[in-house]
Amino acid sequence: MSVPRFWRRLKNLYNLIGTHCKKCGGFFYPPRNMCPKCRRNGVIVPFKFKGAGEVVTFTIVHSAAKDYAKLTPYILAIIKLDEGPRLTSQVICSHEDIHIGMKVKSAFRKLGEESDRGMIYYGTKFIPVES
Amino acid sequence: MNVGIVSYGVYIPRYRIKVEEIAKVWGANANSIIDGLMVYEKSVPDMDEDTITIAVEAARNAINRAGINPEKIGAIYTGSESHPYAVKPSSTIVAEAVGATPDLTLADFEFACKAGTAAIQTCMGMVDSDMIELGMAIGSDVSQGAPGDALEYTAAAGGVAYILGKNNQVANIESTYSFTTDTPDFWRREGMPYPEHGGRFTGEPGYFKHVTSAAQGLMERMGTKPSDYDYAVFHQPNGKFPTRAAKMLGFTNEQIKPGLVVPRLGNTYSGSCMMGLAATLDIAKAEDRIFMTSFGSGAGSDAFSFVVTDKIEEIRNGAPSVEKYLENPIYINYATYARHKGKIKL
Repeated sequence: MSVPRFWRRLKNLYNLIGTHCKKCGGFFYPPRNMCPKCRRNGVIVPFKFKGAGEVVTFTIVHSAAKDYAKLTPYILAIIKLDEGPRLTSQVICSHEDIHIGMKVKSAFRKLGEESDRGMIYYGTKFIPVES
Repeated sequence: MNVGIVSYGVYIPRYRIKVEEIAKVWGANANSIIDGLMVYEKSVPDMDEDTITIAVEAARNAINRAGINPEKIGAIYTGSESHPYAVKPSSTIVAEAVGATPDLTLADFEFACKAGTAAIQTCMGMVDSDMIELGMAIGSDVSQGAPGDALEYTAAAGGVAYILGKNNQVANIESTYSFTTDTPDFWRREGMPYPEHGGRFTGEPGYFKHVTSAAQGLMERMGTKPSDYDYAVFHQPNGKFPTRAAKMLGFTNEQIKPGLVVPRLGNTYSGSCMMGLAATLDIAKAEDRIFMTSFGSGAGSDAFSFVVTDKIEEIRNGAPSVEKYLENPIYINYATYARHKGKIKL
């Protein structure tokens, strides 16, 4: 991830800020500038998600890209936020505990880094609610 | 001075390593180390946790505990000796992550284990002078101990955030006093991964001289004595030092018991005595008086006197307690610990 690209998404990554269409009630994460349902009639406003959701499905990554190799094996899941949107994120918990339907909440973690000299990317991952 | 703690929050990573596990690797006598340090286990950060992620979680807990509007926070100071960046403030990331930007001032503090209490004093001055309405002081560390070094048995991870203000105080700060000298008891040179220390020299001329001088200095200025306090908290590099300092000053084991979290947590460095204060606030009642003295190698101590207000009951359950974070840990072996701490270079 380039520095400008991370910087542009920083508020979304740190605080799960997406968008909400006030016309149809749709919620979007990552944020959309235009409502796919209402099109030009939509009224899009920023929306901060609570960070609560559940695991829709997951996989355990054993062979990862170079930047994530240190973390393997790690859990990558599709999370359905309580407000509706689905997003892909790591879930930090034991491999024995992860299951479809698991209630999770957001946590602030390192997403990655560009070697020992580069930027450190921070943002949101998920942990079990009971943690 | 009409400044006090308006809210507080803590964060402790879930992983622990026992002293026996570390001693086994280095062929050391675990019982001797446990008896000497009064530490049984220490917290270990996850592989994707560092000083900043810990500071953010503690700061969010502080904001949530009392329902603080983060836009009213006019200053954030993060104290640590393990800031992930040498140049690039941890505090900017914390401020953005808690929604406090952009109308505030920020800086990172460094004074070994007392950078967090130095941040408290800075916020006190700014709040009292009406420069800001609320200030946040954070102590957060993923402290380093070289493999096999005595520090490795205690160097832990954790963070604490205090929000200081004039209104809705849960603990009024009656007074503070600092005692500081140039004492080279512990240091880490630029670019070096692990600190060096003066062994036994860290004790008498370092910890005990500064802690007792700051504590006595504050009590003399206030005209108080140890028996005037319900609780006391001292910097906790291990269990033995604060217990002995308390005894030297005339405090009892009962007074320091609620805040003595180091046996189950290890030394969280900049978060150390601030964590002890949080654990004490977790159980304190209105009118309780709390004495706290930090210590930072290099060296200096900041002493504080607090009086708890009845507001404490209103915010007590708004965020997890220290005890909540200490219960139900996940124990790991030395190999996993080495991986979590980046001691294995790929």
